[in-house]
Amino acid sequence: MSAREGESNLEYLQRKLCGVYPDLCPMFSIEFADCVLAVPRTVLHGAAENLKALGFERFGFVTAVDRGEDFELVYRLQSSRFGAGIFLKTEIARDEAAIETMTDLWPAADWQEREVFDLFGIDFIGHPDMRRILLADDWIGHPLRKDYQDDSVIPRPDYI
Amino acid sequence: MPLEIESNTPVIDESGRSVDRLVVNIGPSHPSTHGVCRIIATLDGETVIKAEPVIGYLHRGIEKMAENRTYLQVVPLTDRLDYVGSMYANWAYCRAVERLASITVPERAEYIRVIVCELQRIASHMMGVGASGADTGAATAFIWAFEVRERIVDLFEQLCGARLTYNYVRPGGVSADLPDGWIEKCREVVRWAPDRLRELDALFFGNMIAAGRMKGIGVLSEADAIAWGATGPVARASGVLFDLRKNDPYSVYPRLDFRVPVGDNGDCFDRGRIKLMEAIESCHIVEQALEQIEPGPVSAEGLPRLIRPRAGDAYDHIESARGSLGVYLVSDGGPRPYRMKVRSPAFCNLQLLGKLAIGHTVSDLIVILGSLDPVFGEVDR
Repeated sequence: MSAREGESNLEYLQRKLCGVYPDLCPMFSIEFADCVLAVPRTVLHGAAENLKALGFERFGFVTAVDRGEDFELVYRLQSSRFGAGIFLKTEIARDEAAIETMTDLWPAADWQEREVFDLFGIDFIGHPDMRRILLADDWIGHPLRKDYQDDSVIPRPDYI
Repeated sequence: MPLEIESNTPVIDESGRSVDRLVVNIGPSHPSTHGVCRIIATLDGETVIKAEPVIGYLHRGIEKMAENRTYLQVVPLTDRLDYVGSMYANWAYCRAVERLASITVPERAEYIRVIVCELQRIASHMMGVGASGADTGAATAFIWAFEVRERIVDLFEQLCGARLTYNYVRPGGVSADLPDGWIEKCREVVRWAPDRLRELDALFFGNMIAAGRMKGIGVLSEADAIAWGATGPVARASGVLFDLRKNDPYSVYPRLDFRVPVGDNGDCFDRGRIKLMEAIESCHIVEQALEQIEPGPVSAEGLPRLIRPRAGDAYDHIESARGSLGVYLVSDGGPRPYRMKVRSPAFCNLQLLGKLAIGHTVSDLIVILGSLDPVFGEVDR
């Protein structure tokens, strides 16, 4: 198993991925020289498990982006076999901010998920120790949400 | 912050033995915690049965602050992440911006970035090795390591005027060209340093007291290093050959000839010594880069003062002194980042403390923490 002549790592990865998991293929795209797999939230954990089996042995990070109505969850997985990383993205509704944990696949997700919980208020179902990590335990609110308000937030003048 | 600490009353275990548990709070401000970190250690006599790092004391909300600043104004914030190796965070952030805004960096700037980041690796590792020395009672090693670090910091001061927070790597290139005579001074330092580092190796890692304190302590297996997301010297000491300079080559690294040291045992000794080996290898990289560098511009031409990348997201990562340091940027097409996420290697590596410390003594706990080489500016962000 190796890349064909003239084929980039990413193209090889796409061909390989589509061969093994044809149902994931339409969700695959290449943006800014990185491959992105955008999946519905129901298949997220299964897709991550498949990717791990395929050779994405490292959990890079997980983070969220506040998109107004929804939160976009972004997972980064890294593979030494393909010499490349992959983004796994999904969207969850703001009022039902919860998703299955990845700690069963990668213990590395432990603190990362706690950080997302702390700063975005997204609950990771099945996480062994879901509590705040960076902020104080009695902190109110989740600062990286765009609607976060706090007495200490000073609006910055718009001088651009 | 409300504290929930287990009671200190004696517990009888299954075999009927009295387990005299003691919960000790180490830190948050203690010289041995390498910054502001609190460790809640549960002890049975002198043995650690549970160690839980409590972090966040240095959390300044840099990711939130970045959402309120222009792309150029974020660069000084990245200095404050890993303040022992500011150049890395500068570079990782700038690479993400360049990818997002499709900026091409001139070759001379790429060489300068490689030179300063490899010098930074030596300086940062000297802090790590020196601190391991201080943790094991070998203050001499600390002073020797700092001699090397000091000469590199002097070079940075000539380059950008700062000794700690450089703000030197900027989107599109670097802030200023190398001053006259800098290349010669730099060459002198990287020719002098390897012998000094080998001396330090013999002095500290060759010392049986230091080796006795570090060998076989806090062993991390290869499989665990991968599963727990360890990167950098922590992973390589466990035999994981993973270095982004080789595995996902960036900048001009493919033109430079160097090897990546890998350890066998994954204990504190290997994690410390591998830093020294990497520092020696970095001297050779800098020397080659100084030979190859050509005159030319040091910043991309026609770069607007206000960068407005198109909407989208981009991620880029580099091999910092602590591991894979990545910056994920989301743009909505405006002049400020919509979201910035820093993938901090120190944060991921520090997760291992609770796992590695079990079964060792309190004094070993400090040595294990030092060997993970956390910088709390980057852990807490």
